[in-house]
Amino acid sequence: MTDEYTLKGKVAVVGVGETTYFKHGQSPDPEFVLVLKAILAACEDAGLDPKEIDGFCSYSNDRNDPPRIANALGIPELRYSNMQWTSGGGGAAGAVQNAAAAIVSGSANAVVAYRGLAQGQFGRFGRSGGSRPISGPAAYTLPYGMMSAAQMYAMRTTRFMHEYGVGRSAMRAIAMACYHHAQNNPRAVMQGRTLDEETYDASRWITEPYRLFDCCLENDGAAAIIVTRTDRARDLAKNPVVILGAQQSGGHRSGATAENMTDYVTSSFKPAVKHLYQQAGVTPSDIDVVQSYENFTGGVVMSLIEHGLCTYENADEVLTFDNLRADGGSLPLNTSGGNLAECYMHGLGLQIEAVRQLRGESPNQVPGAKVALANAGPMVPVASTALYGTEEALG
Amino acid sequence: MSRSTDEAHLPGLRQPVAANDGLDAPFWEGTKDHELKVQQCDDCGTHQWGPEWMCHSCNSLAVSWVTIEPVGEIYSWQRPHHPVHSALSDRGPYIIVLIELPHASGIRMVGNLLGDPMQTIEIGAPVSAVFEDRQGDPNFTLVQWEIAD
Ligand SMILES: [Zn+2]
Repeated sequence: MTDEYTLKGKVAVVGVGETTYFKHGQSPDPEFVLVLKAILAACEDAGLDPKEIDGFCSYSNDRNDPPRIANALGIPELRYSNMQWTSGGGGAAGAVQNAAAAIVSGSANAVVAYRGLAQGQFGRFGRSGGSRPISGPAAYTLPYGMMSAAQMYAMRTTRFMHEYGVGRSAMRAIAMACYHHAQNNPRAVMQGRTLDEETYDASRWITEPYRLFDCCLENDGAAAIIVTRTDRARDLAKNPVVILGAQQSGGHRSGATAENMTDYVTSSFKPAVKHLYQQAGVTPSDIDVVQSYENFTGGVVMSLIEHGLCTYENADEVLTFDNLRADGGSLPLNTSGGNLAECYMHGLGLQIEAVRQLRGESPNQVPGAKVALANAGPMVPVASTALYGTEEALG
Repeated sequence: MSRSTDEAHLPGLRQPVAANDGLDAPFWEGTKDHELKVQQCDDCGTHQWGPEWMCHSCNSLAVSWVTIEPVGEIYSWQRPHHPVHSALSDRGPYIIVLIELPHASGIRMVGNLLGDPMQTIEIGAPVSAVFEDRQGDPNFTLVQWEIAD
């Protein structure tokens, strides 16, 4: 039974695409050109004329606005544009959700969710320079040397490990699974660089409790996902991957400044998860493969717990390297290499990998995968999470 | 109890100034007087930090600044090693703490934990504020923390 007021099954991903992923500052193209190239790649993947796109969704602080993109592409009708506001990549699944909402509401026919990042052109995340005075919420943290993304989210992990006594071995296993999967992925920036326990344990602290390999990459590139009506999707090039559910997730005062969010020890997914599973009509045990956004590995541990894939008590026992690998693991995680080892495209690459798994196109294919989870942005004020399925998964 | 110092713990970082909408000016003015001021709702008594234009609990717009005892407990911490600002390049690790103030509705404040940067840090440990007076344009005072006696 599909309720009229749900997007379940009504919208399908028909095209995914990305540029070459570059190390930060290495893109030969400006960011805007990367976005155009990713959209063209997604159109080619879908077998869709770019001029048929009539809606655009992005997130975070994307600088590439829909009027400019539509102008460049020569889009005859721009019917829908939308931005999911949140920190970091918390809106990667939310942008797909917004795109799907536009389809379900009849606001547009073919909507692209996209993200472009060129840090060489616009400056790096991991560094914060300058000597100008600072005011507002940043003034409550920055003068104390708390300014990078790792520093914004480290103390949540410290508190999580303190309250539950788990996390360190799970964090290492997550990093190792990402690097393991990147080895088979020609798109992955870290293909050719392996990670074992000794290397992880010996790696330098960025900020305790995060080691170097707990932290996402910084990259240049762009990625795009095109959605349309499921009935129309069947006429396009690839097997449709339907959206089973998608939710944004902000909790009580999750946007509070100076670390005053009511629930501090959370990946931010608690509000969304019950709605997500209800909307999709699936349970955690139905999920065949998981793409869980790694800004920092500690956030992934909390994300997987909050999505019901393990518990606070057994996280370290369930989240092992053997369980998280696509080749034989019970909970295959981040099968492209994810933000740690494929590319940090603010998490849109994880959404794309969920789609590829359900098409049978992943570099680390989980045999027979029918349901895939892809979340975005743990610990940010508003996170987002989506479930994708094959048409078979609709029952 | 609190103390003050004119020794800069992390010199060279961007200095705080009050926001141009006036919202947090009483906080920064208070630190210069070595007083810790946060908002408290006139109607329901809820404290809040960082400041907001409205009480988040009862939505009253009648929110006042009150001086609270500058003590708390370590709620969480991190120890940055990787310098993310040029002023930190040769500095080595330092400690950022998140302090919970149970006597002020459990608000939390971010600061540095003074003392040995490699000290063992215990969540729940009692701390007191150290008002760090700094030269600037204008002069300003940061609120740091140290383990309470
Ligand atoms: Zn109130």
